[in-house]
Amino acid sequence: MVHAFLIHTLRAPQAQDTGLCRVLYSCVFGAENSPDDPRPRGAERDRLLRKEQILAVARQVDSMCRLQQQASGRTPMDLQPQSSDEPVPLHEAPLGAFRLAAGDPFQEPRTVVWLGVLSLGFALVLDAHENLLLAEGTLRLLARLLLDHLRLLTPSTNLLLRADRIEGILARFLPHGQLLFLNDQFVQGLEKEFSAAWPR
Amino acid sequence: MFTAGAESLLHQAREIQDEELQKFCSRVAKLLQKDDPGPDAVDALQRLFLIVSATKYKRRLEKTCVDLLQTTLCSPKCPEQLQLLCAAILRERSPSDDLSLSCDHVQSSQQLSLVALVLLAQGDRKEEVRSVGQRAFRVLESRQPEGPSLRHLLPVVSKVTRLAPHSIHEDQTSLLSKRLVDWLRYASIQQGVPHASGGFFSTPRARQPGPVTEVDGAVATDFFTVLSTGQHFTEDQWLNVQAFSMLRAWLLASSPQGPSALDSDDKSELEGSTLSVLSATSTASHLLPPQERLREKAFEYCQRLVEQSTRRALRKGDADLQKACLVEAVLVLDVLCRQDPSFLYRTLSCLKALHTRLCGDLARARALLPIAQFFLRHGEAAAVDSEAILQHLFTRVPCELFHSPTLAFEFVRFCGDSLPLFGKNPDILKQSFPNLFKLLAWNSPPLTSEFVELLPWLVDPGTAVEMLHALLDLPCLTAALDLQLRLSPAVSERPLWDASLRNPSCLEASRDPQFQALLQHLLRAKASGTVERLAPLHQLLQPMASCARVAQCAEAVPTLLQAFFSAVTQFADGVLANQLALLLLERCDSLYQVPQYEARVHRVLSSQFLALCALHPSLVVELAKELLEFVGSVSSVRSRGAMLASVAWAIGEYLSVSWDRRCTVEQINRFFEALEALLFELTQSRPSATLPECPPQVIAVLMTTLTKLASRSQDLIPRVSLFLSKMRTLVQSPALSSMHREEGAAAVRTRATELLTLLKMPSVAQFVFTPSAELSEPRYHRDANTALPLALRMVSRLVEKEMGLLPG
Repeated sequence: MVHAFLIHTLRAPQAQDTGLCRVLYSCVFGAENSPDDPRPRGAERDRLLRKEQILAVARQVDSMCRLQQQASGRTPMDLQPQSSDEPVPLHEAPLGAFRLAAGDPFQEPRTVVWLGVLSLGFALVLDAHENLLLAEGTLRLLARLLLDHLRLLTPSTNLLLRADRIEGILARFLPHGQLLFLNDQFVQGLEKEFSAAWPR
Repeated sequence: MFTAGAESLLHQAREIQDEELQKFCSRVAKLLQKDDPGPDAVDALQRLFLIVSATKYKRRLEKTCVDLLQTTLCSPKCPEQLQLLCAAILRERSPSDDLSLSCDHVQSSQQLSLVALVLLAQGDRKEEVRSVGQRAFRVLESRQPEGPSLRHLLPVVSKVTRLAPHSIHEDQTSLLSKRLVDWLRYASIQQGVPHASGGFFSTPRARQPGPVTEVDGAVATDFFTVLSTGQHFTEDQWLNVQAFSMLRAWLLASSPQGPSALDSDDKSELEGSTLSVLSATSTASHLLPPQERLREKAFEYCQRLVEQSTRRALRKGDADLQKACLVEAVLVLDVLCRQDPSFLYRTLSCLKALHTRLCGDLARARALLPIAQFFLRHGEAAAVDSEAILQHLFTRVPCELFHSPTLAFEFVRFCGDSLPLFGKNPDILKQSFPNLFKLLAWNSPPLTSEFVELLPWLVDPGTAVEMLHALLDLPCLTAALDLQLRLSPAVSERPLWDASLRNPSCLEASRDPQFQALLQHLLRAKASGTVERLAPLHQLLQPMASCARVAQCAEAVPTLLQAFFSAVTQFADGVLANQLALLLLERCDSLYQVPQYEARVHRVLSSQFLALCALHPSLVVELAKELLEFVGSVSSVRSRGAMLASVAWAIGEYLSVSWDRRCTVEQINRFFEALEALLFELTQSRPSATLPECPPQVIAVLMTTLTKLASRSQDLIPRVSLFLSKMRTLVQSPALSSMHREEGAAAVRTRATELLTLLKMPSVAQFVFTPSAELSEPRYHRDANTALPLALRMVSRLVEKEMGLLPG
């Protein structure tokens, strides 16, 4: 199952530390419980910890993506579509996975699968022994849906005030963090349902 | 995307003051209280969500607002948009103590799903997870199997199972297992009817939907699975998809021993015996208890998926799903065999056939990993030789697919996770380290930490020397792989090699046969047992040393070297320690020239050389000839500075009779002469562009070593004293101008003085520089009557006196 899904900014590969990595949206499916913790933490500290865990993941994804881009020698310009009508070639977008050891930053060991599209990073924080192929497929699907339904390619829109749509997409395609084996027709059906319920 | 406007929006959301926020909350409350909250309410809630989520610190919200959010969430007549936003805001505030939300009276599964979004994020302070789980099962029990919108329920159950598996009772487990059987095996094989939209012109009698199809368009031949398609889907087909999606986790969590019992590896005696006792055919399934029945149906489902994956999908999305389904099917079969060994016989034939089919299919190579793990785990119980499968996996896959980051990651994870399973025959893993290094060389950032954990299992006395060479040549391997990609036919539309470097000059030159042999050695798949000197390749591939990927690999090597040495020193005997030490001496100036690589590696190698000497002190005596040679050639002080200091230090420490009885006075004298000559030359030569100045640390170490040797062969003492006094004046030469050099010079002078003073009392010098082994006993230091404290006091008094008498 998925523990968290996040969207954050990506810094360009050639940029020298300009700006910070910002988490634009995050959703944690169920909390990590700590029954053995000798010092019971307050609710506020728990929330703070959760936010910082997510930020730590975002920063790592940012640097992994940058390293992968640098290694492949491609500039981010290569991935720009010619016009906003063309679908973004998500199969060419950089994608990777890495493991987080126990305690760093989550209690249990987890795996992160990430996808970089233009200047946005999408990441899934998974449990340790998940089906990675399925996770990759789901991540690409989510990215495509979000790019389409939030019209992220149009310069003026941003996703900070569109949380409702993100929630709607997640509720259908990744309910409670459950990765679903959806074939193309199922995806189409769900998408139609979504578009009908939430007209653009 | 992320424009300056968005940055300022985030800033505003963070900086909004408490007062203003409370006012905004009251506005939100007013909007929500209206009978028909319109788009204004949505807008306000979106802003509230941003404010709450933008900061990691807690935002105090007005109580009425929070209460209204909770009621809106629970009122079924509110539009989904508002409900989701309310749930999201409450979830973002979690965990929070002022939540009064509970799932106790929730009847519909959709509602429960929304409430669970918030409750499960609370962190189980008040047993929320348990109560959500119980409520979910209550809803499940009360519904008919074909009831509407049970779709929303299964993910909740799956999550609760993941978070708190022990909160589910046995009868609830049985209930869900029964339902899962129905949904998995008996879902309708007719396509669903499209929702009648009504309206004037809709056809009064819709066309009867036909049967579901397979991914290649043919009519479905058997029961419905996730790889069955159609225009529309029925409710139970949806549940089929969800049931399979949660199947593996459910099987693991609901087994009688619980989820943890399956991690234990001990082969139960039962496993071997049941295989012969039970027949190959399955028992009449309706007589089985629910768990066993579920396993039986899960087995049939997986078999069907394996068959369906042979079809050629018409759409790309379906082709990708086929691969994921294949992996999942094998994983589920593995779980089934772990839980019930009677499945082994049937599974083996199925998987063997699958493996044969996948062997030549690179596009589906990722499914080979769970198959290999299955055979590793169950091969012995089933008396099947997994050797061939593992050989194929380790020799073919990394060679062809090292460039896929996700495959590389999964491959290395497979190695890491299967380590206990390799127990009986670890050779296949150890012998394949060259291929594994290819994955590392190409994808170093995510895989470095994985390899640091894996190295101790790969290191072997037989291959340690070869492996160290391979680690030192890792960046060269990266360059060679890049070259190989450029030279072989393209496997994908986009170039996989470094696109910023076009047509490097080494491309043509590499076709030369002399380089071909070396390249073949570098790119070998298995440990060859031989070592080749790759210096010509380093030169050939020099144009590629500036590639980003090579630089990334070079950065990872020092860490890997540390991991290697900490593993090797656990079992290295004298012979191996000697071989490794020689290797370090030889390779320290024969490295691939990536910027800063040499300096970093030297730092590691010099400290590891000392570690090897500490492990096996006789090394210095046994390798005396090679060490003399090393010390004798001063020309590359620049490149050998750190190593030289380590070697000199090791000589000073360990070249004595107390460490090795074979140490002779001649040897000490020979080393003395070599080091003296070296030091003389270093300090005499003027620093120039080609030969920068020798760092003061090296000079200090050399002086100290000379003194140590003199303390052991006391005829040398006059020579050393003369030399040291010369050093004091030498170092004061006017050529030294910058402050750095002043400090270094001052340090060298001080050290020379101390050494001279100590040499004035030869027995004290011997005591200080060649301490006996008793020095490591605590008693030696505590007992005021033993020699050491007395000696120290005397020495320090003497040294202070001398320092006071010296000019400057």
